[in-house]
Amino acid sequence: MSGPRVALFPTCLTDTAFPETGKAMVRLLERLGCDVDFPLDQTCCGQMHFNTGYAELARPMARAYADVFDGYDYVVAPSGSCAGMVREIHPTLCPTSPAVERTYELSEFLVDVLGVVDVGAHFPHRVTYHPTCHSLRMLGVGDKPLSLLRAVSGLELVPLPQAEQCCGFGGTFALKNAETSTAMLADKMRCVQDTGAQVVTAGDNSCLMQIGGGLSRLQAGVRPVHLAEILASTQEEPWVATP
Amino acid sequence: MGRNPVTWLGSPTFPDAARRSLGDTQLRGNLRKATTTIRGKRESAVAELDDWEQLRRAGEAVKDDVLANLDTYLERLEAAVSERGGVVHWARDAEEANRIVLDLVRQEDADEVVKVKSMATAEIGLNEALADGGVDAIETDLAEVIVQLGEDRPSHILVPAIHRNRAEIKEIFAQMPDPPDSDDPRALAEAARKYLRRKFLSAKVAISGANFGVADTGSIVVVESEGNGRMCLTLPETLITVMGVEKVLPRWQDLEVFLQLLPRSSTAERMNPYTSIWSGVTPGDGPQKFHLVLLDNGRTSTLADEVGRQALRCIRCSACLNVCPVYERTGGQAYGSVYPGPIGAILAPQLAGDLHDEQAASLPYASSLCGACYEVCPVRINIPEVLTHLRAEVVEAKGKRTPEAMAMSAAAWVFGSRRRYEAAQKAGSLTRLLARGGNLSSLPWPGSKWTDTRDAPVVPKESFRTWWRRNRG
Repeated sequence: MSGPRVALFPTCLTDTAFPETGKAMVRLLERLGCDVDFPLDQTCCGQMHFNTGYAELARPMARAYADVFDGYDYVVAPSGSCAGMVREIHPTLCPTSPAVERTYELSEFLVDVLGVVDVGAHFPHRVTYHPTCHSLRMLGVGDKPLSLLRAVSGLELVPLPQAEQCCGFGGTFALKNAETSTAMLADKMRCVQDTGAQVVTAGDNSCLMQIGGGLSRLQAGVRPVHLAEILASTQEEPWVATP
Repeated sequence: MGRNPVTWLGSPTFPDAARRSLGDTQLRGNLRKATTTIRGKRESAVAELDDWEQLRRAGEAVKDDVLANLDTYLERLEAAVSERGGVVHWARDAEEANRIVLDLVRQEDADEVVKVKSMATAEIGLNEALADGGVDAIETDLAEVIVQLGEDRPSHILVPAIHRNRAEIKEIFAQMPDPPDSDDPRALAEAARKYLRRKFLSAKVAISGANFGVADTGSIVVVESEGNGRMCLTLPETLITVMGVEKVLPRWQDLEVFLQLLPRSSTAERMNPYTSIWSGVTPGDGPQKFHLVLLDNGRTSTLADEVGRQALRCIRCSACLNVCPVYERTGGQAYGSVYPGPIGAILAPQLAGDLHDEQAASLPYASSLCGACYEVCPVRINIPEVLTHLRAEVVEAKGKRTPEAMAMSAAAWVFGSRRRYEAAQKAGSLTRLLARGGNLSSLPWPGSKWTDTRDAPVVPKESFRTWWRRNRG
């Protein structure tokens, strides 16, 4: 069987700091019949630059993205934020290739393109889901991630109160307005802890880095796990916590 | 030309002001309660209409037409108002508008005027200018009374005293001739009513803003909740209205769109309690002298910016404030302007027109770009888009020599080649040596801005790409 030719765009953050998410993407997409590739010339989509006011510096990165991913059937990212940057912002920065329009956030790709909701995953933990702002409002993924999670065997999904409130990450906002970012994070952590979940998941490692970084500082005993890692986990090859 | 008073002189930058506000437990509690409540109510009020999205698009389209043909509609408005017995004045900036109003008040020999709640007059600092000219401007909206008597500044567009509690209001009202005997809301309202009645009955001149001005008919519209506006707009002999030029609407029928969009977005009501509409002067009924001051104050220069101009669609509903996670925590005063919250972050710096000013330049960064504001805006202002656009202007104004600009250039250089990027990944993974017990809790500046309150991820020895190359390459 030859499935669609899918290029992974794990994003620079995941590539560098959260490789387990990238590996999970490979496992998951291959299990679902995709022909997965990772074009090594990719670096960064330019979001940090663009959002901080350096659109001019982001422009060459947008151009490079269009070149690197040209020719694949689809590009899939474990990030609503970076997929949003590519699909919504890149066309405003430079002429783009079809790869830009065919860039998807993971849950969109699974539900809309592959047409699957039950990906055959097994994850026996109590989980709460934080809908990240850009996946929710820029891409409009709606409840796709939740439908995917509901189909995971063994997973107990607990609703997150005030789920749609921003976690306070916001890229360089977290540094430039660190105190306000922390105040937003404090409320998010309270909501996460109120659920009694062992795991908080989301479609963006950037937001999980914020929420997880706060929870870890408080020794809260709640672990951030990217959606891709949950969906990749099976009875035979279960998710294992990295230290 | 003086300094534009739309941002308050001497205000600290947003991060500094926010730091102070975040520690104010009263403010935090009030804002959490108020914004959570109004958010829910707005959502229900909007859900009642099947055609809400079409209404938003209609609002956007009408406003875009206004902005594209502003000169035509304003001249039409001027002609219609003049024909119906009103006098139209044009004010380039705050100073000019304030002088026009002060002269008009003096012509009536008045040393006290009553005021309808108005963002335009707050923006130009009219009350202070009138005071300098020996005229007392008396605010009559309850929350504005609280702000004015408390010698305070507003913290919300619609509910300017949102940061105050009952006990504080009772203290502030103690200076009234008939002060309240308790902090019961009914007692506070009764005290305000007695204080205001005397003012309404004695004032010869009233000053208002305008929610809308209809070009075809010369009709000015003010919407409000308390009836104080109606008193001001009908009792005094002379009425002076200060209206931002972007408030003009082409046709009477356009009100159909905005009188649905505005109340549901601002107070979550189907219809606001009082809608006052007047066209020039009606002999024997209401004010016999009517002056309309059309205010520019940075609007035409904002209009020249193709991306930024959408901020001029704003109808001052404050829905964006109520959903903003930043506003909810810092309150309005942190923005250092009468226009706080997401709309303030894009409107105030544009009207002020000087991004070299540190405070104004900090405002476009007062957002996590979560997009909640855009989602609720009744005229579909893409606030995140304008924020990033203004950030680019700030960066340009600051030049290439700031530490941030140099770091950003360096990062872009690294991302510009696979080889450099991979070398940087290897270097980055060395930070794992700083980790203790699997956590990275302390980084040097500027990483300390992160690790002051959050652990940082420990960058593993093997990146994803190294793993890929090892296994699939």
